[in-house]
Amino acid sequence: MASAPGIAIFGATSAIAEAVARIYAVEGARFFLAARNAQHIEAIAEDLRVRGASSVHVAVADLGNVEACAPLCEAAREALGAIDVALVAHGSLPDQARCEHDSASLCDALAVNLTSHAVLLMALAAILESQGRGSLVAIGSAAGDRGKRRNYVYGAAKGGIAVLAEGLMGRLARAGVCVTLVKPGFVDTPMTASFRKGLLWISAERAGHTIVRAVRNGKSTVYVPWFWRWIMRVLRVVPQRAFARLDL
Amino acid sequence: MWGNAQPELQSWGRCRRVTQRGVEQHWRDAILPSGPPRSLLPYGQGRSYGDVAQNSGGTLLCTRGLDRFIAFDEARGVLRAEAGTRLSDVLALAAPRGWYLPVVPGTQFVSVGGAIANDVHGKNHHRRGTFGRHVLRFELLRTDGTRIVCSATEHRAWFEATIGGLGLTGLVTWAELALERVPGTNVDIETLPCTSYAEFASLCDASDATHTYTVAWFDCFSYRDGRFRGLFTRANHAAGSPRPSSPLGTVPFTPPFGLVRPAAMRAFNLAYFKSGMRRAHKVETVPLDRFLYPLDRVDRWNRLYGPHGFLQLQCAIPGARAQDGIDALLESIAASGQGSLLAVLKRFGAQPSPGILSFPLEGTTLALDFPCAGDATFRLFERLHAIVREHGGRVYPAKDTCMSPADFEAGYPDWRRILPFLDPGFGSDLWRRVTSGLGA
Repeated sequence: MASAPGIAIFGATSAIAEAVARIYAVEGARFFLAARNAQHIEAIAEDLRVRGASSVHVAVADLGNVEACAPLCEAAREALGAIDVALVAHGSLPDQARCEHDSASLCDALAVNLTSHAVLLMALAAILESQGRGSLVAIGSAAGDRGKRRNYVYGAAKGGIAVLAEGLMGRLARAGVCVTLVKPGFVDTPMTASFRKGLLWISAERAGHTIVRAVRNGKSTVYVPWFWRWIMRVLRVVPQRAFARLDL
Repeated sequence: MWGNAQPELQSWGRCRRVTQRGVEQHWRDAILPSGPPRSLLPYGQGRSYGDVAQNSGGTLLCTRGLDRFIAFDEARGVLRAEAGTRLSDVLALAAPRGWYLPVVPGTQFVSVGGAIANDVHGKNHHRRGTFGRHVLRFELLRTDGTRIVCSATEHRAWFEATIGGLGLTGLVTWAELALERVPGTNVDIETLPCTSYAEFASLCDASDATHTYTVAWFDCFSYRDGRFRGLFTRANHAAGSPRPSSPLGTVPFTPPFGLVRPAAMRAFNLAYFKSGMRRAHKVETVPLDRFLYPLDRVDRWNRLYGPHGFLQLQCAIPGARAQDGIDALLESIAASGQGSLLAVLKRFGAQPSPGILSFPLEGTTLALDFPCAGDATFRLFERLHAIVREHGGRVYPAKDTCMSPADFEAGYPDWRRILPFLDPGFGSDLWRRVTSGLGA
């Protein structure tokens, strides 16, 4: 990369996305940021400029609106010239109990956490494929590795992203595009503000560093932090009869 | 590896633990959670020692998510940042560009808002005064939803009430700071032996005009008849840009009993003194961060004091009576048999702070950490606070756990001037304690 890298972030006001952006900003990156809240995204843009970003474009958009997703990706390409790293990071933690009896809530949860991600990832994949280079970063979750009673709607959406991203890895490898699937465990962010935090939790800042390192090294799947790979590997082989008895 | 996740909402000294709820603040345009019946109190990095950042039964406004920069004028050295930004983040941005904070406390892991609320000071107080002197402007968000932009020229009374205002006048959302040019991030340090208060005073007289930073450390276990084993350090900024010092490690958990015990303290103090004496009378160039924040290299060092935590006494005694006062304090500590690692003496200068409740006064400050040994420690503090009061001194609220209302009123006779500016929806354990019965 001769000039400053072009970074496109969808859901740029998420804490993990912000942490990632700060790391690239120090290196003088150029940014295209999309998120729903105009004031919040402007606050992040100012911060990135002070940290060293050479340019920051912001787009205020509701990423839940799938019609808007493809044009938004085009806007990112136009603003940046070429996209070196595209990160899709928006999401929300659905109310599991509510989704179980209210289908509208269920559809909302899937629309935010799966459908719009899928549309954005597909549109970005096409752009990166035509460029013949770049990195596409999808945020899945350790929760997507196995359905757990407490959060299986969220898990289903994140599991869907994981399968989609794995498919894209195969498709885009031929074009020289790297796909990185990030699976966070417990990250201390506004989305998880109501949880009690223990030893397994890490800060968004640390998550950001892990993600940037994984993208640089062209990793396909990265757990954040790393030990979730082993926790989930163990949980995946627990027989269903025993798993159902676990309070997870 | 998980050291950065939000720790429990406790004070740094951890000797009076309370249950309190925290609400994360992430956006400076957000309004405050509705106040009463639960009172609010800003909580930054949890580096205050006592109960100034505790609010039992209330809600803490956790500001670590308010950590964005807003604007940096590199030509003038003026930085605007959200109030939860840590000084370490400010320095990581500014130092490579030739700027530094004019005043830093003994740790860089405090928030800008906390530095304002406690009007912190550093080893260059005799030159630069307090942190608040270098704050140009800030925005104060009140529970009634109003936002007041305060500076020395706009809403000056609010500016003066909030600097050193212990977080009680509202939430500072952002602040604009004046930085200063530095030749590099090294310092030239000179260490000199210092064996009595009189010697400390004459070293200050000789050094305050020639050195930006001056501070003395002594072994309080060695105190006898006005003499002690001590080291006086003076330093000036120097060119060079060393890599930031790498941390030595984290204290990963609180051991079931305190590791800071008298025998360990005596051994540490003696070793520290000997290693200092080996460098005596030499000028060495060392990285600035290692000189200014030696304890920052051990993350969560407060855990070494064990489950009962520790208390710090930091007081200031006005110039004329400082020698008598400090000797009386040291006498009393020696008689108690309790002792401290790293007792620190520092002469404060005459620069006034804008803050009404700002702690430093022209004179000498003494700081010591005591492992909390229950009632014996609290009784010792009562005696020490009485000595401070008799000598016209005052105790630093940011470090305090047990100053009485009478101590507070004697130390801060103007304290009632802050009353009109307190946010009715805010409160703290310290404030309720030190004003109880005073008719606030």
